[in-house]
Amino acid sequence: MHDWSEGGRQAAGAGRFVLELRSEADTVRFAERLADLCVPGALIALDGDLGAGKTRFAKAFAAGLGVPGMVNSPTFTIVKEYEGGRLPLYHMDVYRLSIEEADELGLDEYFEGNGVSLVEWASLVEPLLSPERLHIRLELTGPESRLAICEPIGARYEAWCRELGLRPAKGGGERR
Amino acid sequence: MAGSAGGEVIMMANVSEKKDGSLLLAIETSCDETSAAVVRGGREVLSNIVSSQIETHRRFGGVVPEIASRKHVESITVIIQEALTEAGVSRQAIDAVAVTQGPGLIGALLVGVVAAKALALALDVPLIGTHHIAGHIYANRLVGDIVYPALALVVSGGHTELVLLPEEGVFKIIGRTRDDAVGEAYDKVARALSFPYPGGPHVDKLAHQAEEEIVLPRAWLEDDSYDFSFSGLKSAVLAEINRTKMKGLEPSFGALARGFQSSVVDVVTTKAMRAAAEFGARQLLLCGGVAANRGIRERLAALCGEAGLPMLVPPMSLCSDNAAMIGAAADLKWRRGQFSSLDLAASAQVSLEAWSVTL
Repeated sequence: MHDWSEGGRQAAGAGRFVLELRSEADTVRFAERLADLCVPGALIALDGDLGAGKTRFAKAFAAGLGVPGMVNSPTFTIVKEYEGGRLPLYHMDVYRLSIEEADELGLDEYFEGNGVSLVEWASLVEPLLSPERLHIRLELTGPESRLAICEPIGARYEAWCRELGLRPAKGGGERR
Repeated sequence: MAGSAGGEVIMMANVSEKKDGSLLLAIETSCDETSAAVVRGGREVLSNIVSSQIETHRRFGGVVPEIASRKHVESITVIIQEALTEAGVSRQAIDAVAVTQGPGLIGALLVGVVAAKALALALDVPLIGTHHIAGHIYANRLVGDIVYPALALVVSGGHTELVLLPEEGVFKIIGRTRDDAVGEAYDKVARALSFPYPGGPHVDKLAHQAEEEIVLPRAWLEDDSYDFSFSGLKSAVLAEINRTKMKGLEPSFGALARGFQSSVVDVVTTKAMRAAAEFGARQLLLCGGVAANRGIRERLAALCGEAGLPMLVPPMSLCSDNAAMIGAAADLKWRRGQFSSLDLAASAQVSLEAWSVTL
């Protein structure tokens, strides 16, 4: 069972980074480049309102990992597992779970597994997430354009943000 | 054992003398429900116990889902015993044990698979690993005769697929959703319309009550595609709400719900009918939890009527996830003596086409 005390879980973030995504093609490129950096146990915590493009991002991310076949929404089944890519992909949507249910489901077994976890609506289960992770929030800035607000927690993810050429956010760019 | 975990072994057992009146104990734990059933001859439901035991529309009003393995573990033995008791059969009378091997949530599936293996081993009867979607499709055999080739439209919370059955027990997926399943699309639009999750049935109801309709786009995709996509439609609903609010007006949720439903029903039923014609289907099978949706059910019935195409649809108790449908599908393999080995593995993603019977 999960330790509910938050000690150590909320390691200090290295600050926030932003990336302007002017088109769907930009979103796809960003997701694919991020996938290239992923290693076993990587956790991408994805947030954004309905219609912000989370599933579109996930499809491109899966393609970046080389996952074959159709990747579609995991909202109903909560977790969809994909083999056959460079790494296994655990694509989750925790929208319909309470923290207790998510904990009982044993999400940590996925996070600690050999694959990459991409969790939609991750903020809803924040206390259950791995201590180190990359938060990405997609915000609508127009019909096609989005702003990706990234918050790396842990040195590895901070290095990724720099490698991806993200711009450090000054003051603004609240993740939530 | 034959190859990798979950590899199916073919054992040509001597079952011919029992195959008509055979009793299958079926178990389904792929997602929210723990369910067990006793089915005779693949057609007659002697019992069908589902953990939530309430009508589908109430269930979708927010009963806590049994997604956690622990909840399935707590329920499974009780549900299996209840299925046997209600059917009035002893364990020893069971001829085979059928279980959903996937797709679904791996932790939930495991509970059913482990219980089924234990029972099959203890009773010394065959084990039949069964595909969840084959179960939804063959729920139709519990209500009527399936005529081949048949076309199945599977619409549920997690699945939206067009499946061709050229002959009994053979499955070919000809179309599927590229993003949201129909059920997910309804629930997400319901969120946008401020209904609590899961609100799909509220949207269906609102759409039927609305007198006006805001016309929304249809995602037909490529000319020859039988795939579906509902994310653009969801975005159109959100955009319409924003546009109206920017003008300082209140959006008409009823007109939006009706516009959304019209778009979904139009695309889903049109593609199903086009596929039925192209592949020469002699019957249309509607199945899955969203078969309760009035919009889809009524339009499809009307179109099938015009085309002279017989349509089957199970009652609601057999449309939402349940074990009787697993027993109905497992009967395909029982009659052919195609059983699973005891190293059967639950699998979150498993191919329907590969589950087809061996001809």
